[in-house]
Amino acid sequence: MSLAENSSRNAGATGRIGSYLAAHLREYGLLFALIAIMGFFQIVTGGTLLRPINLTNLLLQNSYIIIMALGMLVVIVAGHIDLSVGSVMGFIGALAAVMIVNHELPIGVTMLTCVAVGAVIGGAQGYWIAYWKIPSFIVTLAGMLVFRGLSLWLLEGQSVGPFPREFQVIATGFVPDILPGGEAFKALLGVRNFNVLAFATGLVAASWVVWSGLRQRAQNRAYGIEDEPRAFFMARIAVIAIALVFILYKLATFRGLPNVLLTMGVLTIIYAFITERTVLGRRIYALGGNEKAAKLSGIKTERLTFLAFVNMGILAAVAGLVFAARLNTATPKAGFALELDVIAAVFIGGASMSGGVGKIVGAVVGAFLMGVLNNGMSIMGIGIDYQQMIKGLVLLAAVIFDVYNKKKG
Amino acid sequence: MQDALLDMRSITKTFPGVKALDDVSLKVRTGEIHAICGENGAGKSTLMKVLSGVYPAGSYDGEIHYDGALAQFRDISDSEARGIIIIHQELALVPLLSIAENLFLGNENARGGVIDWRETNRRTESLLRKVGLRDAPTTLVEKLGVGKQQLVEIAKALAKDVRLLILDEPTAALSESDSQALLDLMLELKTQGMTQIIISHKLNEVRRIADTVTVIRDGQSVSSFAASDGITEDRIVRDMVGRSMENRYPPRTRRIGDLLMRVRDWSVTHPDHADRKAIRDVEFDVRAGEVVGIAGLMGSGRTELAMSIFGRSWGRNITGTVEMHGKPVDVSDVGRAIRAGLAYVTEDRKSLGLILDDTITRNITLANLAEVARGPVLNDRAETQVAERYRKDLSIRTPGVFQKVVNLSGGNQQKVVLSKWLFVGPEVLILDEPTRGIDVGAKYEIYGLINDLAAAGKGVVMISSEMPELLGMCDRIYVMNEGTLVGEMPTSEASQERIMSLIVNE
Repeated sequence: MSLAENSSRNAGATGRIGSYLAAHLREYGLLFALIAIMGFFQIVTGGTLLRPINLTNLLLQNSYIIIMALGMLVVIVAGHIDLSVGSVMGFIGALAAVMIVNHELPIGVTMLTCVAVGAVIGGAQGYWIAYWKIPSFIVTLAGMLVFRGLSLWLLEGQSVGPFPREFQVIATGFVPDILPGGEAFKALLGVRNFNVLAFATGLVAASWVVWSGLRQRAQNRAYGIEDEPRAFFMARIAVIAIALVFILYKLATFRGLPNVLLTMGVLTIIYAFITERTVLGRRIYALGGNEKAAKLSGIKTERLTFLAFVNMGILAAVAGLVFAARLNTATPKAGFALELDVIAAVFIGGASMSGGVGKIVGAVVGAFLMGVLNNGMSIMGIGIDYQQMIKGLVLLAAVIFDVYNKKKG
Repeated sequence: MQDALLDMRSITKTFPGVKALDDVSLKVRTGEIHAICGENGAGKSTLMKVLSGVYPAGSYDGEIHYDGALAQFRDISDSEARGIIIIHQELALVPLLSIAENLFLGNENARGGVIDWRETNRRTESLLRKVGLRDAPTTLVEKLGVGKQQLVEIAKALAKDVRLLILDEPTAALSESDSQALLDLMLELKTQGMTQIIISHKLNEVRRIADTVTVIRDGQSVSSFAASDGITEDRIVRDMVGRSMENRYPPRTRRIGDLLMRVRDWSVTHPDHADRKAIRDVEFDVRAGEVVGIAGLMGSGRTELAMSIFGRSWGRNITGTVEMHGKPVDVSDVGRAIRAGLAYVTEDRKSLGLILDDTITRNITLANLAEVARGPVLNDRAETQVAERYRKDLSIRTPGVFQKVVNLSGGNQQKVVLSKWLFVGPEVLILDEPTRGIDVGAKYEIYGLINDLAAAGKGVVMISSEMPELLGMCDRIYVMNEGTLVGEMPTSEASQERIMSLIVNE
């Protein structure tokens, strides 16, 4: 082969990678930004960020935001918004506190009631939005005020707590290590704690990522639509797999798998599956993409919108329980302005304001990105004033980046 | 011989991977009406974007000579300042502002930022007279029909001292009478010395008003001839598609079977005006293997009739029955209408038919997801196979079924909408303006498809504003006017004149 031929082939390959990167800048950008921000804080906090105890904290702190972001993504993809989730979350926490602490009702009954009340709240708002076509912004703005007021009324302006131990564990507990071999690992690695289950979970999750990635790639190739360069694919999968093993290893050397991480992980997988692989999910994207066309295709758009809000209410209730259990008390201010963090996470994750676009994984990564920013800046002792400004600018930058990308493409 | 007002020489415009224009030349003489014809995607819009500065000087090769000098437009305002004004197919008026406010939008009669309303209204009135409108300057644009809005657009161009007026498919959304009024206005403006370019698919219009025709095909200017050479539709079509089209409607062997669908006593109230019956006592039927046309002017209630039948998608207080095979069926929502064996292909494919940002595959399967799913879980492979099948069957021209439909031409988008409805396996298809805004070649393919459907024993209801199309395709034609059917005739006894007289005599 002549030299000229060889170099022209290389030029072709570079062009292909360039154009692929340009088309998928958003997804890589988000992953890259998360890694870069984590790296930055890891260095400037002198390694505090990724200490097992801080990592555990980081997950607990952001669990309720991530849980709500799952529902918010669905709502935003459907072409709506929910401003009430912070208030609803606070209200459910208050309800749980009143039921458990003041009236000493069983925890199981309380949790089921709370989730049911969340569903009813979501339905009550969704009803006006779906069947009366009242803008979701208005309805949920009203809901935000109403449920903030209801929390105050329910708690009579007081903080109510503490919760019994059995309730607290849903947020602060850890999954017991059911696998053998902990002692051997401790001796081998020279660490004080080692939770085999947590580490095994990391390995399983990482293998699953690799396996499903390869499977998807093979399938796409069969359809002739695979355009991700091999190196990119390998790097992406490797980064995700290594990160999973690394994080779970760190958790294993502390207290193991937090209960909320399990809840979050399971919910994320369920919602990612529903949105990407099921008829229901496809219909939600169609509804957000073009409501009229969806309706004329036989999709019951009203009912779908209604259900999106019911779902949001349920997830806000779950988040409310986790939040109350974590703080071990319900306060009238719980969840204040939290809806903004949730919405920001979804938009940073790549969802579009006009509906029809966005992914569960994006929303989760977006929430983590915000969480790492919060956590990192707090460790550095940056004041809340600067924190707010920086978070605001990050949100703006992410959306500008989206719009710029879309214009260019 | 008059001088050329515009001379575009050897324009070549390349996008990454595509040569959109390849050595295109266009010479427009002062005071003439110049028609540009070409299939969708031939490069007409790109050429106009080069001319108007949407693609600024330097981003293309070749030269634009305008008014005797080399012109290098940086943007639209640059070309507008020189009197080149384009009126796009999608009108750019603000519905909730008045005619006067729209006419001078961005160009207000103001002193120090304060609008002089008397001057504005006076000038508006004189401009409206020029385009033959008698509405008050304070009328809100949303109160006007599409035809009048088009005239307001022209008045707006006149307000800006236009020298070269470019109309992109001006009559695509207009009724027959509005189209005539618009073409008359163009001829009137010509007598006043205005130079005009018209882009149109409607060849009878082109033949009627154009002095010169330039045909563009695949990004190249194929031919340019003057009216004195005898512009014939056949000549234009031949140049546009690169082949002669002796018969514009493919032949079909008619085999009409049993009664398939019958609609009785169908009445619908207007959704916004409770006292207005939009559809009154409509009765019609379709037999297996039959293509039934519904003729009528725009606004006669054809779309409203179809949509009210298809799952009550329009109107309220709907009464009447729909029978399939002689038995009444429930069509009270779209899902039920589909299950009853109906499909409705909308006239407005962009806002009602497609999810533009979604892929071809996802659009095709949307109305019948159950077919490509196992229980609630979608089967990617099955979905792709379905899309590939329709891509082949309907020859949807695309690099792949994972392309977004927004990137397709009008004709190919329409094929995607048709695929979607074929995939639900209907017995009766209601096609609402199935060939609107698509080029001759794609039209022919869609006619062929309609024939195939009829041959397969389906019933087809075809709503169209183009009477030649109905006469060429249908077995039987209903005539609709003001919400009711005013006539029915076998096509063998129908003519444009007969249909028109039914409409005007009502």
